[in-house]
Amino acid sequence: MSASQKMLGWIDARFPLTSTWKAHLSEYYAPKNFNFWYFFGSLALLVLVNQIVTGIFLTMSYKPDAALAFASVEYIMRDVPWGWLIRYMHSTGASMFFVVVYLHMFRGLIYGSHRKPRELVWIFGMMIYLALMAEAFMGYLLPWGQMSFWGASVIISLFSAIPYVGDALSQWIRGDFVVSDATLNRFFAFHVIALPLVLLGLVVAHIIALHEVGSNNPEGIEIKAHKDPVTHIPLDGIPFHPYYTVKDIVGVVVFLMVFSAIIFFGPEMGGWFLEANNFIPADPFKTPQHIAPLWYFTPFYAILRAVPNKLFGVVGMGAGVVIMAFLPWLDRAKVKSVRYRGPIYKSFLALFVISFVGLGYLGTQAPTPLLNDIARLLSVTYFGFFILMPWYTSVEKTKPVPERIPE
Amino acid sequence: MKKFLVSLLLVLVPLTALAEEEGYVDKAPINLNDYASIQRGAKVFSNYCLSCHSANYVRYETLEQVGLTADQIKGNLMFAADKIGSRMTIAMRPGDSKKWFGITPPDLSVEARARTPDWIYTYLRSFYRSDERPTGWDNTAFSKVGMPNALWTLQGEQVLKGPVGADGKPEFVMLHPGKLTPDQFNATVGDLVNYITWMAEPGKMKRMELGVYVLLFLGLFFVLTFYLKKEFWKDIH
Amino acid sequence: MMSQQVDRSKRRFLVAATTVVGGAAGVVALVPFVMSMEPSARARAAGAPVEVDISKIEPGMFLGVAWQGKPVWIVNRTPAMLAKLPTITSMLADPNSDVPQQPENCKNGHRSIKPEYMVLVGICTHLGCSPTYRPELAPPDLGPDWPGGWFCPCHGSRYDLAARVFKNVPAPWNMLVPPHYYMTDTRILVGEEGKKGAKA
Repeated sequence: MSASQKMLGWIDARFPLTSTWKAHLSEYYAPKNFNFWYFFGSLALLVLVNQIVTGIFLTMSYKPDAALAFASVEYIMRDVPWGWLIRYMHSTGASMFFVVVYLHMFRGLIYGSHRKPRELVWIFGMMIYLALMAEAFMGYLLPWGQMSFWGASVIISLFSAIPYVGDALSQWIRGDFVVSDATLNRFFAFHVIALPLVLLGLVVAHIIALHEVGSNNPEGIEIKAHKDPVTHIPLDGIPFHPYYTVKDIVGVVVFLMVFSAIIFFGPEMGGWFLEANNFIPADPFKTPQHIAPLWYFTPFYAILRAVPNKLFGVVGMGAGVVIMAFLPWLDRAKVKSVRYRGPIYKSFLALFVISFVGLGYLGTQAPTPLLNDIARLLSVTYFGFFILMPWYTSVEKTKPVPERIPE
Repeated sequence: MKKFLVSLLLVLVPLTALAEEEGYVDKAPINLNDYASIQRGAKVFSNYCLSCHSANYVRYETLEQVGLTADQIKGNLMFAADKIGSRMTIAMRPGDSKKWFGITPPDLSVEARARTPDWIYTYLRSFYRSDERPTGWDNTAFSKVGMPNALWTLQGEQVLKGPVGADGKPEFVMLHPGKLTPDQFNATVGDLVNYITWMAEPGKMKRMELGVYVLLFLGLFFVLTFYLKKEFWKDIH
Repeated sequence: MMSQQVDRSKRRFLVAATTVVGGAAGVVALVPFVMSMEPSARARAAGAPVEVDISKIEPGMFLGVAWQGKPVWIVNRTPAMLAKLPTITSMLADPNSDVPQQPENCKNGHRSIKPEYMVLVGICTHLGCSPTYRPELAPPDLGPDWPGGWFCPCHGSRYDLAARVFKNVPAPWNMLVPPHYYMTDTRILVGEEGKKGAKA
């Protein structure tokens, strides 16, 4: 027995190192037919690590103080050695997190990864998504620019739409009569400690739940239904390590190329990742001409604006997010993957994508009567996809699903 | 479905075009590799801007990155500070400036990122004489602006020639020429805006240079990982 | 599932190459993070050389200034103090200043450019406390042999009036003489070695 084996034995007698490695990597059997869409889970994990590491280093120089915050960000950008890189990695990472997560969620939608027995994987995923939105929203206040300030003012005011307690609630969230130093300081606490802890816990739960039931695949077939009679290994499964680790590394490198291209050549992404108005320090007495949240919130922001009533606008906005959590139960089709579904589902799915992207675009634009009408149409389309789902998925004829993953 | 998409596109495309056309702007002659221009611009900035506007986040020593020596910076550009590591602060107190101009002149460190270089270039050349304003100056790029024309001794005094036309491009008539010809003045403002743009992110060119190497490396690494994946996936049928 | 023949050596090579290249890239990626913890431009600007007017220091007294955030003391030593320095070398750990705790032009019996003006960083070389200036001779608490100097209250290290450390105390070296030069007869610049032509 070599020294390293002895060492490993010593550890394994005290800590489940080898068994954990096996359970989650070398003997975790994943379907062999993962495609392009299956990169985004590991990429989301990569971006999470990026955000945590760069965040720790930003915290070393950032000042959560209304009088100092804006200057401390420029201090990081100019005076701290390599601070600009760390800051751009963080700001770009925030947007890329949502890019990756939206694609990851869409993957689940098209291949039915939220369907039985993966409902909890989806629910944990939705909770991650909610925590991520809170994390991003609070983080965006920290640079204390005009968009930080007015974005936070608008979003916190949403809570005041709640009957009876709304005003008191939004005042409690702010800790002041307007967004102020107190708000900045508490958002900082949530952004750097509370929500990252929640996120990490949820990510662990998400992965544990996934590894308990096993991964879905583009065919929507359960690979555990056909196991080798001797080894009990799924016949269509391959060990995650090394096959998907080497594959995910390729995905990581391609992602890093995109990520680096943005960081080094256009970290503002034409105003989509860093808004021009946020280079003006927060001024509580002067609202910018046009304010819009960052792109990843704009689909829901557009729903909010499409409803001509404060309370119902907020309800609509919240419902737009929450309704996604019910997908596992809204979908009544006998098959999971879009590959075996009929034209009705595919049309609804296409309309959903159009409405989501369209609303996202409209949310960035200044409201006009025409745009509001379009936003209303798209909002109805968006909710129609969900609300009509039990009906159109149960009436539509689906194609027969093969027993095994086709070659 | 297709029809819907097309009609959606038809509605949205002109809207984007509309959204970008907010007032007339000229293209600023930005070249961050032209150190001589940035140096000239720094001098204009220090002479004409840095008495009312600060650039609090910029240290004088940063100018060494565009080829100036410490002695040149101290001798030609530093009037308010004594140490090369000092920031470009101003002595004017915000309260005073508010009293004199009705507004505190904004810090210009990152103005080019907030406003765009093109807008600043247009704005600095669009002051005209107006009796309706307390300062005697108005601006076609920023109507009812609080700031007087700081460069009027160079530019001269111009007035607006009638109402602004349909294309939005204002036309001016020169009343009293300044020390510079219009071409010289445009070049000087060009240098100044080049400097202001550089100052908003002094590390920008270095950042891009580094990006080339990072992407080259990742390209090579991609080839390696691609073959690694291919090699292992020979097992899978 | 395993295919016909796997080319083991090719596979090993690719794994090794990816590990090495990826690992190297990972180490390079650490550099910005490690470097970001170095003193920033602000700290370096604040730590810039400091000009001190020494004309107002009474004989026997000292003036404290901050350089790089550290206490720097300029002591105007009396002739009596200077005369004592060569007589106590047997008590000292490094009487000839062999350890490079001073610029070359201060490596002499009085550890200074001008004999009377001692310039030192007032930080004990043991664990970084700031010693107390005790110029008086043989006070009761420091014993009959005390020739005047600095006493560190933290761990009892002793230095003479040229900031040379005593034998048998925890501090290992003499206190640091910072780079400095005389801009004029009465003004010194702490933090920069004299340029060519500057008075030594």
